[in-house]
Amino acid sequence: MIEYRSVGKTFPDGTQAVASFDLTIPSRTTTVFVGSSGCGKTTLLRMVNRMVDPSAGQVLIDDVDVATQDPVALRRSIGYVMQHAGLLPHRKVVDNVATVLRLNGTGKGAARERALEVLSTVGLDESQSRKYPGQLSGGQQQRVGVARGLAADPNILLMDEPFGAVDPIVRLELQAELRRLQTQLDKTIVFVTHDIDEAFALGDQVVILKKGGEVAQVGAPADILAQPADDFVASFVGLDKGGRSLHVEEREGRKVVVDASGRPAGVLEG
Amino acid sequence: MSVVSDAVTWLTDGAHWTGETGIPNRVLEHLGYTSLTLVMAAAVAVPLGLYIGHTGRFRGLAIGVTGALRALPTLGVLTLLTLLLGIGLEAPILALTVLAVPPLLAGVYAGVESVDPQTVDAARAQGMTEWQVLTRVEVPLGLPLVVGGFRAATLQVVATATVAAYVSLGGLGRYIFDGQAVRDYPQMVGGSVVVVVLALLLDGVFAVAQAAAGRRARPTRPATDPSSSTDPTPTSQSTTTP
Ligand SMILES: Nc1ncnc2c1ncn2[C@@H]1O[C@H](COP(=O)(O)OP(=O)(O)OP(=O)(O)O)[C@@H](O)[C@H]1O
Ligand SMILES: [Mg+2]
Repeated sequence: MIEYRSVGKTFPDGTQAVASFDLTIPSRTTTVFVGSSGCGKTTLLRMVNRMVDPSAGQVLIDDVDVATQDPVALRRSIGYVMQHAGLLPHRKVVDNVATVLRLNGTGKGAARERALEVLSTVGLDESQSRKYPGQLSGGQQQRVGVARGLAADPNILLMDEPFGAVDPIVRLELQAELRRLQTQLDKTIVFVTHDIDEAFALGDQVVILKKGGEVAQVGAPADILAQPADDFVASFVGLDKGGRSLHVEEREGRKVVVDASGRPAGVLEG
Repeated sequence: MSVVSDAVTWLTDGAHWTGETGIPNRVLEHLGYTSLTLVMAAAVAVPLGLYIGHTGRFRGLAIGVTGALRALPTLGVLTLLTLLLGIGLEAPILALTVLAVPPLLAGVYAGVESVDPQTVDAARAQGMTEWQVLTRVEVPLGLPLVVGGFRAATLQVVATATVAAYVSLGGLGRYIFDGQAVRDYPQMVGGSVVVVVLALLLDGVFAVAQAAAGRRARPTRPATDPSSSTDPTPTSQSTTTP
C-alpha cells in the first residue's frame, strides 16, 4: 500500500507543483494519475522512489515513511519507467535493461538472460538488444525503458507515460501485457498518462488531477463515468457534448451500439 | 638562411644523439618532467574537477582561482619557488604543476558537467549510488572533454618544461639555455625544433585517445558503427523521444 499524506512540493525556484495531496493506493492494483501537462503527475510519481522529496507531508509504503529509507536501496526495489526513456547512451540495450539486476548483484550471464526475456515481452528481439539506444526509434526506446522497469521483478512499478511514443497497435498490446502482469504477478502499479482512454483501460483506480496536484476525482473508471464529480471531470472524460454517450439501434434484427455522431461502436450481445 | 641549415646540421650530427647531453637522453628527461608534472597536477585537478562537476559546488570559486593561476608567469613562479625551496626538482615541477592545473581542472569539470542531466537523473533513478553515477555514467560520457583537458595541459607543460634548464636541471631546455649562453644559435634552434616535434607527437597521441573516448561515449554518433548501415531502423533519430 502506498499512501500520500498531505503531500506538498514547492521546488527551490518557487514553483509549487503540488499543493496538498492525499491518496491511498491499495497493493496489487493499478492506479492511474491522469491530468493535463504540468499538473504535477511526474512530481507525485517521483516522490514514491525519492527522486523528489516532498516539501510537506509524507509518502508511506506499507506504513513506512519513505523519507526514513535509504534512497538507493528504495530505488533498486521499485521499477521506474521514465517519461523520456532515460536510457544510458553508451550502453547497449541489453545492458541498459540489465542495469538494476546488476546493481542488485545478479551475475552477468543471468542478468543478460533475464534482460532478453523481458525485452521479448515488450516485443524487441535479440538483434535489437545488441544495439545502442541511439540506434532505436523513440517508440522502441520507450519499450526498452518498460523492459528495464520490469527486469528486476519489482513489487511496485512506477510508469510515467510509458507508451507515449508507441504506435496505437503496439500500445494496445503493451496495455494488455501490463494488465496480464498486474493480475498474474500481483504488482502494484502507479501509472501516469494524459490519455483518459488509457487511464480507463488500465486503472482499477483513476485519479483525475488539476493544476497543482489538486484531485478533481478519484474512483473506478465506471464510477467516474457514472457520476462525474463536476463539470471539469465531465469535460475531461469526454462526457460533455455527448462524447461518450452511446445508444442502441436495431439493424436487421441485431442491436448495434451507436455513438453520438452516429458511428457504430459495436454490437450488443445477449 | 644559415641558421636553418646550421640547425639541420646540428640536428643530424651523430654526436648530438648520444651520451648524457644527447637528444635521446634530453627527450627522456623532458618527458620525465612532463609526466611527473601531469601526475602531480592530476592528483589535484582530477578529484577536484570530479567533485565540482558532479555536485556543481564551488564552480565559481574554481573558475576564479584557475583564472588567477593562468595569469601567473611560470618563470616568475619558478624563480620565487627556487628561492624558497632551493635548487632541485621541486621548484620547476611545482611551477609547471601550477601551469597544468587550470586546463586539467577545466577539462574534468566541464566533461562531467557536459553529460545530459536527464541521463544522470535516469542513472540515479535506477538506484545507482552517487559514486556509481559518477564512475559509470558521468566519467565515461564526459571522457572526451576530460582527455581534452589532459591534452591541453600536456601541450603547455611540454612547451614550458624547458624552464627546468633555467635552474640547472636537464631536459630539452638545456640546448636553449646553454646555446644562448655561448650564442650557439644552431643548438638553440635545433633544441626548439625537438621540443616542437615532441609536442606535436604527444598532441597526436592525445587526439587519437580523445577520438577513442568519443566513440565510447557516443557509440552511435559517427558512421563508424558497422551494424547501423545495414539496419532498416532509422539511426538518425535523436535519443530523446518526441
Ligand atoms: N525540478 C523542477 N524545478 C522547478 N519546477 C519544476 C521541477 N520539476 C517540475 N517542475 C514544475 O512543477 C510542475 C509540475 O511538473 P510535473 O513534471 O510534475 O508535471 P506533469 O504533470 O508530469 O506534466 P507532463 O504531463 O507535461 O509530464 C510544472 O509546473 C513544472 O514546471
Ligand atoms: Mg510528467
